[in-house]
Amino acid sequence: MGNTTRRDGLARGLGWVSLALGVPPTLAPGGFAKALGIGDAPRHRAATIFVGVRELAAAAGLLSTTSPVWLWARVGGDVMDLGMLGRALKNHDGRGAGRTAAALAAVAGITGVDVYAAATRSRSTSDTKLTAATTVMKSPQEAYDLWRRLDNLPDFMAHLDDVRSTGPRSSHWRATAPFGRTVEWDAEITADVPGERLAWRSLDGADIQNEGEVRFVPAPGDRGTEVHVKLRFTVPGGKLGETVARYFGEHPGQQLDDDLRRFKQVAETGEVVRSEGAPGGKWARREFPQHPARPLADNEKAMVS
Amino acid sequence: MKANCWISRNTVRVENVPDPSILNRRDAIVKITSTAICGSDLHLLDGYVPTMQKGDIMGHEFMGEVIEVGPGVDREKLAVGDRVVVPFPIACGACAACRAQLYSVCENTNPNAGLAEKLFGHPTAGIFGYSHLTGGFAGGQAEYARVPFADINPLKVDDDLTDEQVLFLSDILPTGYMGAEMCDITPGDVVAVWGAGPVGQFAMDSARVLGAAKVIAIDKEPYRLQMAERAGYTTLNFEDVDVRSALLELTGGRGPDKCIDAVGMESTHGSAPIYAYDRAKQAARMESDRPFALRQAVTSCRNGGVVSVIGVYGGFVDKFPAGSWMNRSITMRTGQCHVQRYMKPLLERIRRGELDPTRVITHRLPLGQAPHGYDIFKHKQDNCEKVVLTP
Repeated sequence: MGNTTRRDGLARGLGWVSLALGVPPTLAPGGFAKALGIGDAPRHRAATIFVGVRELAAAAGLLSTTSPVWLWARVGGDVMDLGMLGRALKNHDGRGAGRTAAALAAVAGITGVDVYAAATRSRSTSDTKLTAATTVMKSPQEAYDLWRRLDNLPDFMAHLDDVRSTGPRSSHWRATAPFGRTVEWDAEITADVPGERLAWRSLDGADIQNEGEVRFVPAPGDRGTEVHVKLRFTVPGGKLGETVARYFGEHPGQQLDDDLRRFKQVAETGEVVRSEGAPGGKWARREFPQHPARPLADNEKAMVS
Repeated sequence: MKANCWISRNTVRVENVPDPSILNRRDAIVKITSTAICGSDLHLLDGYVPTMQKGDIMGHEFMGEVIEVGPGVDREKLAVGDRVVVPFPIACGACAACRAQLYSVCENTNPNAGLAEKLFGHPTAGIFGYSHLTGGFAGGQAEYARVPFADINPLKVDDDLTDEQVLFLSDILPTGYMGAEMCDITPGDVVAVWGAGPVGQFAMDSARVLGAAKVIAIDKEPYRLQMAERAGYTTLNFEDVDVRSALLELTGGRGPDKCIDAVGMESTHGSAPIYAYDRAKQAARMESDRPFALRQAVTSCRNGGVVSVIGVYGGFVDKFPAGSWMNRSITMRTGQCHVQRYMKPLLERIRRGELDPTRVITHRLPLGQAPHGYDIFKHKQDNCEKVVLTP
């Protein structure tokens, strides 16, 4: 999880800021304290060294790992600094008070940046779990076979643009995320029982970490095959992104239901059913307000791809 | 081509639109020779059925000649040149519903199933020219239409019968027939039919064919009641008599054994206060359908009888007499007609002269005059019972 900080310019930038701020107080605590307009009494020196070491630790954390924990650590450090500088300003003897006030303002500013970075990164790691089911009048083996040809999945899954098998158990996926963003990932098959079960997960480095499982179960009384799908993935923008996407009609659960409906259409009739109102087939829901229920003009037929 | 399009509430207009083309492999294109205006088109016209869009082509009762077939069509079953009647529900033929002959609830043919599911709990089949809730399919009040799953849906008919004799196999004749069939009529049954529109008339004909001893027509339009009377049925005008006591009188106090609601969501009522109550709730969006006929059918039916509902409902009703229904062992059956199930047997009944669908036709108009047809049909002017349009 937390893949969004991997190439995260802001988080890394804050790491370098920590490094730059950590070196002087550690190596020259007296000079640093003076520069901030604080006296170099032993307790001031000790506090300054502590701040320096803390910053170096934060730098190491932010530059080497992707966890937002270090961003929150920076926020904690900021609060501590604001407290110390505030007390220093309150009890000030007057010499260099302007420099202390400037330092306080600078820390307040950087606190804002840290809170923003930590909050946005933390939200991005929220998880979405979906389940859906349909029943198709096909044998479990036939339904499994259709799903196992992963290259077919974009035919009925609205948000998948392309799935390419890259090996017996590996594949490359490209999809459209909410608001037109394109996301890609490599996936591997983690379980493959012909006619029964298929499971997969994205490999490290995926834009959206995800894993899924589909089970093919004979329906009671010779009524075809129940197809049970489970998906788990991180929604870009986390809970906030999910809420906004819902507002614009891109509810992930509905999408999965619609995808399964189209899987059923392909399994039972051979193709996704189109109407004049929904000529794009798999994009029916996204098309509202739809094309009027009248034939397409020649220049509109590009919608049918 | 020319097509009759929904423009806005209570406005349809004949417009020039693009010709249809094949969208799915098992489509066919039909050159329409006859088409009709259905009572349920009026629910779309006035916006009672939601999700109509400006420019939608209306119409789900049509027939014609196949002029093109898609690459996936089984040529043994359908070929260019075939004369066909097209059923209004679009069926795939492969899902569990179709295999059970429940074609109007086909699980595959509604591309907007997600939307229909929100309103109904489960989705229903695609229907031609019947809002985006049922898929957004272009309708048949036009010169041409695209017909999906063309090798299983249309009924091929020979030239020995005229268009007017077979056109109504597309909807209203099977719908009326299913209304009677759901009644499980046994010898001696008295069947009361609310609504003497075209579907009601065919429900009466079917009840007779299926062995009803007496058929009673209930309406308020004298010309519609006269049409039923000419066909040999007993009539009741609900503006002149109290329906329940009149029905008791006609059945020796038992009540009709079987009741058919061929009215649906926009019924009217002889009692002004009751009509005003439901009309106001409808306007306030507190109920979507006015169920006078349905209420009266339930409370009039004899103990242990059957109420068969073929009039169209769209959403929710208020003051449904659940107590009467439950305590008196009433069976209710309903559904959009599974037309494909009835086309062949009814074609044979027409051929044998047992049913004459042409008896309800009062107006024959060119397609260009479709808006006028809607107008007289909606306002029951000029004794309008059924309008057939010719492209």
